[in-house]
Amino acid sequence: MTTPVVVTGIGVTAPNGLGTDAYWAATLRGESGIGPISRFDPAGYPVRLAGEVPDFVAEDHIPNRLLPQTDHMTRLSLLAARMALADAAVDPAELDEFGMGVVTASSSGGFEFGQREMAKLWSKGGQFVSAYQSFAWFYAVNTGQISIMHGLRGPASVLVADQAGGLDAIAQARRYVRRGTDLVVTGGVDGALCPWGWVAQIAGGRLSSQADPRRAYLPFDVDASGFVPGEGGAILVVESAESARSRAAGTVYGEIAGYAATFDPPVHSGRQPGLRRAIELALADADLAAGDVDVVFADGYGVPDLDMAEAGAITAVFGVDGVPVVVPKAMTGRLYSGGAPLDVAAALLAIRDGVIPPAGYVSDVPRHYGMDLVIGKPRHVPVTAALVLARGHGGFNSAMVVRAA
Amino acid sequence: MDRRVVITGIGVVAPGGVGAKPFWALIRAGRTATRGISFFDASSFRSQVAAEADFDPAEHGLTPRERRRMDRATQFAVVTAREALADSGLPAGDLDPYRTGVVVGSAVGCTMSLEREYQVVSDGGRDWLVDHTYAVPHLYDFLVPSSIAAEVAVDAGAEGPAGLVSTGCTSGLDSVGHAVDLVREGAADVMITGATDAPISPITVACFDAIKATTPRNDDAEHASRPFDRSRDGFVLGEGAAMFVVEELGHARRRGAHIYAEIAGYAARATAFHMTGLRPDGRELAEAITAALAGSGTDPSTIDYINAHGSGTRQNDRHETAAFKRSLGDKAYRTPVSSIKSMIGHSLGAIGSLEIAACALAMEHGLVPPTANLHEPDPECDLDYVPLQARAQRVDTVLTVGSGFGGFQSAMVLARPDRAAA
Amino acid sequence: MHQLTMADLAVLMRRVAGADEDAVELGTGNEDTGFDDLGYDSLALLETMRAVEREYGVRLPDDILAESTNPGELLALVNLSLARS
Repeated sequence: MTTPVVVTGIGVTAPNGLGTDAYWAATLRGESGIGPISRFDPAGYPVRLAGEVPDFVAEDHIPNRLLPQTDHMTRLSLLAARMALADAAVDPAELDEFGMGVVTASSSGGFEFGQREMAKLWSKGGQFVSAYQSFAWFYAVNTGQISIMHGLRGPASVLVADQAGGLDAIAQARRYVRRGTDLVVTGGVDGALCPWGWVAQIAGGRLSSQADPRRAYLPFDVDASGFVPGEGGAILVVESAESARSRAAGTVYGEIAGYAATFDPPVHSGRQPGLRRAIELALADADLAAGDVDVVFADGYGVPDLDMAEAGAITAVFGVDGVPVVVPKAMTGRLYSGGAPLDVAAALLAIRDGVIPPAGYVSDVPRHYGMDLVIGKPRHVPVTAALVLARGHGGFNSAMVVRAA
Repeated sequence: MDRRVVITGIGVVAPGGVGAKPFWALIRAGRTATRGISFFDASSFRSQVAAEADFDPAEHGLTPRERRRMDRATQFAVVTAREALADSGLPAGDLDPYRTGVVVGSAVGCTMSLEREYQVVSDGGRDWLVDHTYAVPHLYDFLVPSSIAAEVAVDAGAEGPAGLVSTGCTSGLDSVGHAVDLVREGAADVMITGATDAPISPITVACFDAIKATTPRNDDAEHASRPFDRSRDGFVLGEGAAMFVVEELGHARRRGAHIYAEIAGYAARATAFHMTGLRPDGRELAEAITAALAGSGTDPSTIDYINAHGSGTRQNDRHETAAFKRSLGDKAYRTPVSSIKSMIGHSLGAIGSLEIAACALAMEHGLVPPTANLHEPDPECDLDYVPLQARAQRVDTVLTVGSGFGGFQSAMVLARPDRAAA
Repeated sequence: MHQLTMADLAVLMRRVAGADEDAVELGTGNEDTGFDDLGYDSLALLETMRAVEREYGVRLPDDILAESTNPGELLALVNLSLARS
């Protein structure tokens, strides 16, 4: 029998709140962090809104020596990791260094850093490229920097599957723990809010060009018109239930109970998309029936045909109006590899507090979706088990079940 | 009982040849494929040497649409995945989609395309506010490198777990290690896995120049990659891909597949020391080696060959030599060790998979690949590095290792599946 | 030929490699303190060398870093190169 793997620490850097408490309070109030881009002048682009993490002054949180060598999203990830370890009351210096691992998800690396260096290279010459470029922009950077900052010498990895990768990373952390690593820092913090990253995201063709922050990202709404990207995410501390007990960890938020990943068939194959199968496999992995799930955290692309496909997968498993569905990312934007870990954090907080969050400004869900989407205000319901869904561009589907420990 | 996982198909794109056969012919002969950079004018850079692959995507069946859509690294991955599937005797139509997955490793993803497109939208680096109207439709696929895994999965018709592993220069070991885990735990029966990188472009050359990690031996490109040699002065940037079909042992046996090797053990550790620097003692790599051996039930005394990371930088070769001694004791002195980077350069994330391919072929052919250009060993590197010439010997158990920026240290053990269980 | 002062070097290093709250501040009579104790790693030193090269239009030999263990030694070698150029 495998030992349960539990979450004992959460660190959040989200567009609607820096820190777990700020994020969760704003989320329950239905407060959105989506607004005009401030990190560069977006006037010339057809999309000008994003979810930026507020109140983050790098100098206040990051050692000065790391500033010249880190991208904005790496700085956010370092803060989130430190908050998660503090929340778990872990002092890595007191534990077995090889017994602590790190696995994060990534999507585009330190892209703003990369743009700056690429600009120097092409406008001034190779000798102007920073010595830090060789790692500051690569996908593995957050795992490496977190590992160094806290002296974590156990297994380390980085998974990339666009937005789905965040769940894959947490599942990998569970795998490490099951194989004997005591504790793993995991999740994802992401963001490419620089002009070059922005243009690449616009090219993806799924961003909303609505100018009104209240109307721009409305997953499952009749007025869904695409999504708004954001930055940030969540880092979690996971460990075996035994390890949490033996070191008397403060809060045990819940168990990573089930997980599965699938890939979609080619578009014109006539075969069923893979999300439903991911849900069914994750439930089976958790040894739960659909009726045991109290809430579903939807992927919520905000693109009508993708919303409809997701609604279809959810109703196929849970029945019409069979389970409350939430989509708090309507208040943060899609955070790429940071999105699903943030949803896992929210699901664990929902278990803790017995309340599930509303969907920002989403107000009108097409009846034919057959979905009981929580809108307008939070709903107070006991939550024992929650399902988190994530889809990545290109056909990636991941599903994860968390439940009360 | 754990499910066991074996390699049943190999596909390769490497400097010196496309396909597993030319790859093996090159390394068994000890020939080098390093040369002056021809992809762009490198005359303003410190290091002007690379190991380039002569690869024509059209010749390997990629349509004009595919060529436009796919970065060079993606093209490598798709072509090598096709070769691996054909080699395994599992044609795409015979795969059970739900039980087949894909894990590709890559350190720098679609860098070449990103750099090319960046020049266009930024007017040669002049505009910080780059112009979106010049962006190509597939730019998002270049931004997020999981597109590489997606292309391989679609091409093969795989609908099981899919993703990309990006752990810098250990990506090629870690991706295969991850795929093996997925088969072991039952998430799939067959995985198409391996790694790809195509980093030979100005930005990559510039960033390794900046830290003097690559060799400045521009006047002797053919002999520029000199792992373990006293005169080594940096690695030679390479490119390429190796993909494998790995499957559950029973699955392979039932269909009578040819089995190259079992992937018997794998472990990864982090140095937690420095993003690019290594402590000379090799402690974390040694720990990864010990864990991979223990996990596979392999006694160090049975190792027939060690495929080294052997990048040819001053610090790596010393670090890794220390790690071998630390983990294997005296056995380190009695085991042939070699670096194929002496011949095909260092293709970042791809190289770990290319090295797995070399190990599997070494077992297949009973031949240990040599370390080219090794004329005068560094006194601090005092193991048997198989200089210049391949060595014919039975190879049943192999250790292969990798080390990379970010502190990633990985080790993998390949063995014959019919070996006595330890 | 222009020569660097210790103050110039200190400013340069802070700019390219950041300051370090825990380490001794460079440029206050501690040019014999080792780089390790000052909290400067190999990359910080490489960045410093590149900044000197760019800003003073000089090409510094590769072995300059291997031969300097503290700011005083580094400054002397840099100035030697500047004088020769």
